Amino acid sequence: MLELVLFYIFAAIALISAILVITQHNVVHSAAFLGATLFAVAGIFLTLHAEFLAGVQVIVYVGGILVLFVFVIMLIAVERAEHERQYNRQWTIALLTSAILIIEIAYGLYQGKNSFVLPPAVIPPAVPATGNSELVGTGLYTTYLLPFEIASILLLVAIVGAVALAKKRTSAEE
Amino acid sequence: MVTTFHYLLLSAALFTIGVIGVLTRRNIMIILMSIELMMNAVNINLIAFSDRLQQVTGQVFAIFVITVAAAEAAVGLGIVIAMFKNKETMNINEIDLMKW
Repeated sequence: MLELVLFYIFAAIALISAILVITQHNVVHSAAFLGATLFAVAGIFLTLHAEFLAGVQVIVYVGGILVLFVFVIMLIAVERAEHERQYNRQWTIALLTSAILIIEIAYGLYQGKNSFVLPPAVIPPAVPATGNSELVGTGLYTTYLLPFEIASILLLVAIVGAVALAKKRTSAEE
Repeated sequence: MVTTFHYLLLSAALFTIGVIGVLTRRNIMIILMSIELMMNAVNINLIAFSDRLQQVTGQVFAIFVITVAAAEAAVGLGIVIAMFKNKETMNINEIDLMKW
């Protein structure tokens, strides 16, 4: 029962703030609501027994990515963008396409609803003896070591790319 | 009783909100935020199935998705800053140099 209540609270916060993110005129407000959504999603992770991921979500998303967004908003002037038209001309067709998308996904999920119910024998006893972080760490450093290393190279490339994009051009290069 | 179905519906709704944001807004910052919303929806999916099947694989891949999101945010915001230096705008409709 508690699980259900928590799920609905977090889901409602996540969805309402997500809608507010894409409807606000002021970008700073959007960023604030994005933070609310990210926190609610971290709560959803907690109800799914993924404690480590909930921590990572708060630290990396809210503490890292969102702060980066706010920094960039601070660096570039936003006053003018607020008074411009907020939605582009194709918004009706975009809404229509999105409605079709959500109906399609929901219909597919509803049709396959019973396939999510696995026979009970397949599921091993629920609570594992070790903690969640330990399980994730073991998976990350044994079975998925190669993807992990590739992810680290991706981050390195992203750092170099961001610096190369944002740095000032010298006159010799132009 | 919360089932995997609930989580998948939540994830689908969050993803669709992200799609609407990308397709309708003109402000590039909000488009980047919508992409983050979509990545979060994917993470909810992965972790819901990880919990359902009692396997840690979904959570490991959620970490990879978060890594990609961080890289995407860094490069995307670098592009935004470079764009703002050149064009003094955040409106994507004015960035049409390569548009046919």
